[in-house]
Amino acid sequence: MLTHDPLRNVLTIDLSRRKWRVEDRSELFAEHLGGASVGIRLLDELCPAGVDPLAPENPIVLTVGPLVGLFPMASKTVAMFKSPHTGNLGESHAGGRSAVAIRLAGYGAIVIQGASTMPVYVVIDGDGVRFRDATALWGMRSSYTVGDILRERETGSGRRTIMRIGRAGEEGVSYATVITETYRHFGRLGLGAVFGSKQLKGMVVIGDRGLDVADRRAYRETYDEIFDAATKSEVMKKYHELGTPMNILPLNEFGALPTRNLQERRFQGAEQISGERMAERFLGRRLACAHCPVACIHLAALRTPHPDEPYFYKTSMLGYDYEPIYALGSMLGGDDPQGMLRLMDETEIQGLDAMSTGVALAWATEALERGLVSEQHTDELPLSWGDYETYIAATGRIVTQPTDFYRALARGVDHAASVYGGKDFALAFGGNEMPGYHTGPGAYVTYLTGARHSHLDSAGYAVDQKAARSTESLDPREVARSLLQEERWRQVLASLVVCFFARGVYTSEIAQRALATVGCPFSDDDLRKLGADTLRRKVAFKRRAGFSYEDLQIPQRILETDSPLGLVDEGFLRRAIQHYAEDV
Amino acid sequence: MSRRLSVIDIDRCVGCQACMFACARRTGRGGLADSRIMVRSAGGMRRGFVVVVCRACYDPPCARVCPTDALVPREGGGVRFHAERCIGCGHCVDACPLGAVFWDSAQDKPQICVYCGYCASYCPYDVLALEEVPHADT
Repeated sequence: MLTHDPLRNVLTIDLSRRKWRVEDRSELFAEHLGGASVGIRLLDELCPAGVDPLAPENPIVLTVGPLVGLFPMASKTVAMFKSPHTGNLGESHAGGRSAVAIRLAGYGAIVIQGASTMPVYVVIDGDGVRFRDATALWGMRSSYTVGDILRERETGSGRRTIMRIGRAGEEGVSYATVITETYRHFGRLGLGAVFGSKQLKGMVVIGDRGLDVADRRAYRETYDEIFDAATKSEVMKKYHELGTPMNILPLNEFGALPTRNLQERRFQGAEQISGERMAERFLGRRLACAHCPVACIHLAALRTPHPDEPYFYKTSMLGYDYEPIYALGSMLGGDDPQGMLRLMDETEIQGLDAMSTGVALAWATEALERGLVSEQHTDELPLSWGDYETYIAATGRIVTQPTDFYRALARGVDHAASVYGGKDFALAFGGNEMPGYHTGPGAYVTYLTGARHSHLDSAGYAVDQKAARSTESLDPREVARSLLQEERWRQVLASLVVCFFARGVYTSEIAQRALATVGCPFSDDDLRKLGADTLRRKVAFKRRAGFSYEDLQIPQRILETDSPLGLVDEGFLRRAIQHYAEDV
Repeated sequence: MSRRLSVIDIDRCVGCQACMFACARRTGRGGLADSRIMVRSAGGMRRGFVVVVCRACYDPPCARVCPTDALVPREGGGVRFHAERCIGCGHCVDACPLGAVFWDSAQDKPQICVYCGYCASYCPYDVLALEEVPHADT
């Protein structure tokens, strides 16, 4: 790292005492780059053992990395905290303008400690932190409005990120998100609830400083190479054209699109919610994260008539992606894309993770169908597949929690099923709700073993897809080994911090060269060691918080619904988990 | 003929800000400190974007208010900046109705577009282009 690189600055904000300080942590960043690698170390330093995730002592660590602000697609911020959803490691990545703003404000990491005694938001720039009264924003129905107000009230347009929580975060829903630039999120594992527990409604970070490089010529050359790869490659083009929903039809055809709480794996309404159809009917705008030419963010323009008054319409711009379409579309058996978009909008308004919300509603629908719960529990809402009016109402109840049932649902499907039964069809892994790939054992090994229990941890679905094209059958040891290798490498990307969608562009060789031009000499070996070590630390954090691979629950449903690779065998999953746990 | 930067189709802008980073990178640096172009949302990203950049006026207001002739009108529109004459009064910033005169607070001087087109060459969606403009008197 170059001597004057502001990456070394760690800004710590103490909400209890309304004080802040900046510390020089050059050693941390020089040795561990940034992002996930630095994040887990700071979390280890600052998070006391056994702490309640919603207690003031649970720190929030936001980190960026050395390539942010310098290279395209190095556009992500990594958040680390103890998760109120799983009780162990909380790690979530978001783009938007968050990473560039933090880096160019002059920080490598922002740490939030303590809790405010009243609602506040903070404004951060190169000069430090200002605390602002957020009492008037607390309890506001829509997260969009909160964003609008912060945008109007604060300066720095074009050079800032505006993070905020919705009511879900205020009410402590364990899968509440932090929204950034309206359409990106720290989505999974409940960072929004941790913000809420600290009465932290939002955070504006403004930054536009310059960054020096070690070798200007090499910097520009490497930049051009990465930029060309990003703008000319076919894969990146797909992310731009239809975006992630391009996967709906292929996965449906493959027989891997979880439908009606995974009672089925193909959805007869898939065409209606496909990327192609969504683009044709609704695509209104595409957006990019700061410093990413790919622009994978797709917005639907949804025109809805006023229920009572003729010629009165509103047009909303709603972000859509593969995972929300799966969770709020096929998983809920809904083939009405307008209803689905309105439900997506409701999760956004409330600040809820769309994936966890969809899986929770799917479980609740089946639980009601099977008589495990009654309409008394659901506050008279007759949840049924594809009924979006009722799903929208129920989503509001998850936040307001008028009954014990919704209070349970607000803690996730695992918890709700532990109270009301129905564990066999409660689709969560390690406490986190299922992503939208029922491709075979590889995907499930990822969900079960991945440190975030996210499909993005090691992309086991790709292993399944490859196996489907091959004549050789999968071997649990091999699957565990290849997923572990992938997850380790992704720690490197998450430390630079490069978007995982750019993983094909940022090979080890390119990463090394990019790092060299900015004064961070790392060999392939160094990078791989950093990846393995980061993952080990994350796993150690999880274990200290009570996580164990042996106790992982495997819902019966995934073993009963045929997959493209045949029925998934529990023994296979258990063996793969064991191999992973031994090798990690 | 002179050259100036033109915003051809703002509706194609995705807000990636590759142009801003390109402008700053002309000198070989990263970050945004030296950027003379700005992409910001038009009141929230759902409404799209605004590109703020010098449009090379034929009768530039920034030059008209400069008390030291540090900003000199260029043939064919726009201005040339003579840093050694500049006293950092900032009148040029106030005079530009587009907000396209940026400020270098470290040097206390304006940052003026040099119409090189480097930013446009990094626009992935053809929002920007460098165009030839006739001189005012031709």
